[in-house]
Amino acid sequence: MNWIAFKMLTGDRMKYIGIIFGITFASLLIAQQMSIFVGLMRNTISQIRDIEGAEIWVMDPNMQFVDDVKPLNDDDLYRVRGVEGVAWAVKLYKNIARARFDDGNFQQCIILGLDDDTMVGAPREILVGSLADLRKPDAVIMDEAGFKYLWPNEPLGVGKTFEMNDRRAVIVGICKASQTFQTFPILYTRYSQATLFVPRERKVMSFVLAQNDPNVPAHEVCDRIRAQTGLAAHTRDDFAWKTINYYLSRTGIPVNFGITVALGFIVGSAIAGQTFYLFTIENLKQFGSLKAMGVSNTRLVGMILLQAMVVGTIGYGLGIGLAALFGEVAQRSSHTLAFFMPWHVPMLTAIAVLAIITLASLISIRRVLVLEPAMVFRG
Amino acid sequence: MSTAIMTMPATAQAPPLATHSAISCRGVTKEFVAGDTRVRALDGIDLELPAGELALLVGPSGCGKTTLISIVAGLLEPTRGEVSVLGTNLTRISGGQKVDFRGKNIGFVFQQYNLLPALTAAENVAVPLIIARHPRHQAVARARNLLEQVGLADRTESLPTQLSGGQQQRVAIARALIHEPRLLVCDEPTAALDAHAGQTVMELIRKVAVQPDRAVIVVTHDSRVYGFGDRIVSMTDGKIDKIEIQNGKSR
Repeated sequence: MNWIAFKMLTGDRMKYIGIIFGITFASLLIAQQMSIFVGLMRNTISQIRDIEGAEIWVMDPNMQFVDDVKPLNDDDLYRVRGVEGVAWAVKLYKNIARARFDDGNFQQCIILGLDDDTMVGAPREILVGSLADLRKPDAVIMDEAGFKYLWPNEPLGVGKTFEMNDRRAVIVGICKASQTFQTFPILYTRYSQATLFVPRERKVMSFVLAQNDPNVPAHEVCDRIRAQTGLAAHTRDDFAWKTINYYLSRTGIPVNFGITVALGFIVGSAIAGQTFYLFTIENLKQFGSLKAMGVSNTRLVGMILLQAMVVGTIGYGLGIGLAALFGEVAQRSSHTLAFFMPWHVPMLTAIAVLAIITLASLISIRRVLVLEPAMVFRG
Repeated sequence: MSTAIMTMPATAQAPPLATHSAISCRGVTKEFVAGDTRVRALDGIDLELPAGELALLVGPSGCGKTTLISIVAGLLEPTRGEVSVLGTNLTRISGGQKVDFRGKNIGFVFQQYNLLPALTAAENVAVPLIIARHPRHQAVARARNLLEQVGLADRTESLPTQLSGGQQQRVAIARALIHEPRLLVCDEPTAALDAHAGQTVMELIRKVAVQPDRAVIVVTHDSRVYGFGDRIVSMTDGKIDKIEIQNGKSR
C-alpha cells in the first residue's frame, strides 16, 4: 500500500510540487530567520569568543553585558591576583574610540587594549603584519572587515594612519575577527596605548582576565573572586550567556524574529495544510474505493502519514538546503550579514515541519476515517 | 473463461456455496435519518440470489438499488433484518471482519470506474492483490495477463486518462476479478458509456465474470442490457416488486 500511496502522491505533479513548495517555504523561512537571529546573538558575544586564553572575566558587579563597560580600579587587578586558585590575571581595556581620517571622515571603532606584557586576548589570525609589531609606538592592528569597510577598494596593507583623541595611530597589521553586533571596526593595541586613544577617565581598566589553577574549577574560582573582591566574575561561557540574555530580555530582537518565524510557520502550515487537504479531498473517491475493496482505516492512515512524511522530508531538506545556501552566498557577498546555523536550527525546523505535516495530515486523516465506503456507489 | 483467472489461488474464506444461496436477505430495512426526517430507503427486503447467475437489479432512481447493494457488499449496515453473503452473516461480524471479508470475497465495478489516476492499467488491476499483500511484481504480472483476456493487452501501461470510457471499465472489471471474488457487485457499469461500449462491457461481464461458484449482481437503469441477466430483480420505493427469471418465469 505504501507504493500505491506514493504513486497517488506523485501522480498529480502540480499538487505534489505545491505541497513541497509550502513546506520548503516554511522550512526556509523558519531556518533562515532563526539562523539570522542566532547570528545576531552570536555577534553580541564576538569579543568574548575572540579573546582566548583566559577562562575567567572579572568586571564591575553592575555590568549587564560585554559592551556595558563600567571601569574598575587599577588595584582590583592585584586583588584578583590575590585570590586562591587564580593562576594569573591581566588587565583588558575595551572602549569605543572615534577615529578621524585624513579626508576628515570620522568612524567609531571598538578599541581593545591588551596587557602590554602578555598580550593575552591578541587576535588568533594575523592576515598582514605581525603581532610583534604591536609593540611599536602608536601601533594598532585592525580587523579585516573594518579595513575593507574603511578602504573598500584597496588591498589589505599596513602603514595607514589616522587619529584618535588627537593621537596618531598606525596600522601595523590586519587580523581576522568575529563580526560585532555594532559592525564597528575593531582595533587591537597595547593597554598603555589604548588608554591614550580615548579621553582619560578616573578609572580605566575595563576587565580583568584571569585563569584558574588547573586543580580548581573555574566556577569555584569565580565564586572566590566574587566573595573576596565584591567584583563580578564569570567564566567565558557564563559571561557570553549573560550578554545574550541581556539582548534577549532587554531588546525587541527575539520578538521581531519570533514574529517572522511564527509567520513562516503559519504561512507554511496554511499552504502545505491546505494543499495536502485538497489533495486528500480530490482523492476521497479513490480512498473510498480502496476502503470498499478491503483496505482498513489503519492502512489508509498509514498511507496518508507516509505521503505526509515524504513531502515533509523533501520540503524540509530543500528548505534547510536553501537556507544554508542563502547564508553561504549572503555571507560571501556581505560581511555585515549575521547568519549562523548551529545544529539546533535544523532540529527546531524539523520539529516545526513535523508539526506542520502532522496538522495537515490530521485534517486529511479525519476526512478519510469518517468516509462512508458506500459513497463509492454515488456517481 | 480464461486460464489465468481459473488458476488464481483461492483467497476466499467463505464456506463453499453448495449449501448456501450466494446472497440471502431477510427483512432488510434501511432508514436514513437527517435531523427530524426519517427516510426509509429499504422496506423489508427478502431476497435470495444463487451463485452462477448474473442478477440485474433494476428500478427507477431512488428506489433503493444502491442502498441494497451497499448492504449486500458490506458497505452499509441495515437498520433491521439479516444479510448473509456467501454463507457469512454480515450483520453479525465486526467492522474489521467486514473489511477483511470484502477484500477477500467481493469485487467491485463502479459507474465512474474509480481507477487510481496515477497508476497504469496493469497497476490498477493489481490493486486488490496488493491490498491482499501479494508481492507487487507478481500482482502486476498477473494483472497484465488478465488485461489480455479483457482485450487490453496493448494498453497495460496506459494511464486511465489515456483510455476511453469503455477501456477504463474493462480495466475496472479486470480489477474486480483479479483476486477471484465469489461475489461481483457492479454499479451501473454501462451508465457512463455509449451503447456499443456498454454492450461490450456487459458481454465481458457475462463472459468472464459469471462462474458456477460466483454470484454477479449488476445495478442498472439501462434497459438495453436487460438481456444479459439470468434474473431481473425490479424494485420500487424500497421494495422488490418483481423477480423475473429470463427463461420466461416470473414471481
